[in-house]
Amino acid sequence: MQKDQNMSVSPTPTARIRHRRRSNEVPSEFGKSNGSHLLVNDHNKYKSMWIRAYSSMWMIGGFIAIIYLGHLYIWAMVVVIQIFMARELFNLLRRAHEDKHLPGFRLLNWHFFFTAMLFVYGRILSQQLVNTMSTDKFFYKLVSGLLKYQMVICYFLYIAGFMWFILTLKKKMYKYQFGQYAWTHMILIVVFTQSSFIVGNIFEGIFWFLLPASLIVINDIAAYFFGFFFGKTPLIKLSPKKTWEGFIGGSVATVISAFVLANILGHFPWLTCPRKDLSTGWLRCDPDPLFKPEHYPLLEWVPQWFPWKEISVLPVQWHALCLGLFASIIAPFGGFFASGFKRAFKIKDFGDSIPGHGGITDRMDCQMVMAVFAYIYHQSFVVPQSYSVEMILNQILRNLTFEEQHALYMKLGQIFQERQLGLSSSSMSSYVM
Amino acid sequence: MQKDNTTSALPTPAARVRQRKRSNEVPPEASKANGNHLLADDRNKYRSMWIRAHSTVWMIGGFALIIYMGHLYIWAMVVVIQIFMARELFCLLRKTHEDSHLPGFRLLNWHFFFTAMLFVYGRILSQRLVNTVTPDKFLYKLVGNLIKYHMVTCYFLYIAGFMWFILTLKKKMYKYQFGQYAWTHMILIVVFTQSAFTVANIFEGIFWFLLPASLIVINDIAAYIFGFFFGRTPLIKLSPKKTWEGLLFVSYLVAMQAHHSKPLYNTNLFMQLANIMGRFQWLTCPRKDLSTGWLHCDPGPLFKPENFDLSGWVPRWFPWKEVSILPVQWHALCVGLFASIIAPFGGFFASGFKRAFKIKDFGDSIPGHGGITDRMDCQMVMAVFAYTYHQSFVMAQSCSVEMILEQILMNLTFEEQQDLYVKLGQMFRERQFRQS
Repeated sequence: MQKDQNMSVSPTPTARIRHRRRSNEVPSEFGKSNGSHLLVNDHNKYKSMWIRAYSSMWMIGGFIAIIYLGHLYIWAMVVVIQIFMARELFNLLRRAHEDKHLPGFRLLNWHFFFTAMLFVYGRILSQQLVNTMSTDKFFYKLVSGLLKYQMVICYFLYIAGFMWFILTLKKKMYKYQFGQYAWTHMILIVVFTQSSFIVGNIFEGIFWFLLPASLIVINDIAAYFFGFFFGKTPLIKLSPKKTWEGFIGGSVATVISAFVLANILGHFPWLTCPRKDLSTGWLRCDPDPLFKPEHYPLLEWVPQWFPWKEISVLPVQWHALCLGLFASIIAPFGGFFASGFKRAFKIKDFGDSIPGHGGITDRMDCQMVMAVFAYIYHQSFVVPQSYSVEMILNQILRNLTFEEQHALYMKLGQIFQERQLGLSSSSMSSYVM
Repeated sequence: MQKDNTTSALPTPAARVRQRKRSNEVPPEASKANGNHLLADDRNKYRSMWIRAHSTVWMIGGFALIIYMGHLYIWAMVVVIQIFMARELFCLLRKTHEDSHLPGFRLLNWHFFFTAMLFVYGRILSQRLVNTVTPDKFLYKLVGNLIKYHMVTCYFLYIAGFMWFILTLKKKMYKYQFGQYAWTHMILIVVFTQSAFTVANIFEGIFWFLLPASLIVINDIAAYIFGFFFGRTPLIKLSPKKTWEGLLFVSYLVAMQAHHSKPLYNTNLFMQLANIMGRFQWLTCPRKDLSTGWLHCDPGPLFKPENFDLSGWVPRWFPWKEVSILPVQWHALCVGLFASIIAPFGGFFASGFKRAFKIKDFGDSIPGHGGITDRMDCQMVMAVFAYTYHQSFVMAQSCSVEMILEQILMNLTFEEQQDLYVKLGQMFRERQFRQS
């Protein structure tokens, strides 16, 4: 019974509090409870809450330290998390028996991992690197040459892995090998999509990384506490410990805190300025119009004694509301997916890196759904850019040398001047006539 | 024995000749052969060669017709091929027993297919769509908005499918459902990567689609015919019918160039093909919008013939004193090398896959050949390479200040041009600031 309770655990992961018992921690005499899976009825919950809270505190502390250190370090943290996630997932469906007959097969996984990393980060960093390395001529040429042919290099690395895979196909192991190949691809896609979007967001401003991640955390903690104290109605068969009360309470709390948190975070230029290169120094920039406070007078809405006569709202807080809504309603499905996956393959946890919680993937599953959404939301609604302009800008940066770019710039300037002259002269002539 | 012959068949697909016997066509008495899998020893090969050649001719004919009709029709053909491939592959690992308990699960596959199609073609065609509707102000705004929110739309469609999947998870069927979900994703990635790259290439100029596809076909036919008559040594355990003789012949075709680059002595089939194709504007001009009319353009420097003087190389009696070579032929050489050496691995992959899951063919749409996926597996590897090669080596060469300026003036509105100008200026100032 207790073991059942352990298996049917809520999988919403975040790097924070999650109450889930591990089967070797709980004494078996509690197994004679009423068979209810809800957290409200768990006797041992207070004890495990402390264990969980302790490791959560450490994780949050470490996270804040890295945010303080800056963009590059956050990126490094994402890369490290990725490597651990990939390792957990690669190991998950491996069978020791077959692996003995296939030497070097594990290496193939890491080869594809390295190729994916080169591909994803090469694209993101191409612009950043170009801006950083303008000082040293030789190094600049080398790096820009690499970036120019990045697609070809990654492609040939992939083809090499593909050919290696085919040449090592062994009779009677075909099915296992193809299964592992497909599994590797799925893992890499899942891991790298979300991390590439996260890194893309980081360089637009830490705010766009910090806010979504925090919302998931807050949603998880809030849903947990509401379920802890008020939970009665189960939410979904996949996760018996989740309840409707927790879900709704968590949603409300998340949306409200999204609004408030955006206001707080929006006042720090360290968080809101985009990073255009790979330096680690202090950031100064013109705050985006999104982060300039707008004042709304409250005269008709509040009674006479209310001290504040107007509130200042950053426009970005409305965006935060949307993000909060998504985080509370749709992001938990990432957790359900992971939960269903674990049941399908009869595994309890993705790994055991984090004491009291599980593996890294257990913490990151909701974050993944959120990261993708945050990036897409940002690209579509926050940044008023046009696809064509970006495309051509990329072409210019990638294919032309500095001198050619300057020449292009001068010519464009000339054309604009001529256009204006032409317009003014034609308007003058029409005026005269 | 004969059944073994048929299952361990040549999987190098091309929409052309492939001699593989289907088990229900071959009479069992031929099975008392010496157990040798090689094609050279198959008694019935001449008969099946005719069946194959017949459907091949039809396929080539249809293909040539579509090329003549133009870019939009080629695109439509690619889409149709995709749909059939996806359908074959979706059906492949489905188990009917579980499916009866999961109504609407098949629909989920097609939902993801539709989302992928919207995503992939939306990106590729967005610019061309904008160019087509430019004269009409209202449509232009509408299309512009659609393109801007294209990513969000596709994302929400995907999330809807994702949530649908989770809400329909049934107890005791989890493993099957997750397996199907992963399988669906893999199929869609494989099918759409290659078709996205193919379509992107088409609009750069039919030449960049036609040349790689033809190279695969030629490679396959040549290796087949050579193996048919002379093949003795098996190449790889996965495909017992492929032989070293076939591979070497094809490599010979490719290699015969540097030493004999005279036009008539040019036994390099690939380069000759590129030479012929490069002279048609219909094939070499990029299509900037979605119209179907005739195309005129300035052929890029790649397609202008260069004349090489041959006086030092040839004896006195030789009538031609110089050779005209299109620079694009050197590119064709690289592409041809890839097609002969690496593209067949796509075939080996499909072959191994079929053995792993004990299936004989991916489908049976094409009589005498198999399914559409059987034809397309090498094409897929080639299409991705052709696009990557084109983006990295061909386009980069043809990018100059004038070209980009022309693009800017043609494709962007006045506001966007100003925007670009401002952004460029900002970048330059930042760069100068950092350098000082």
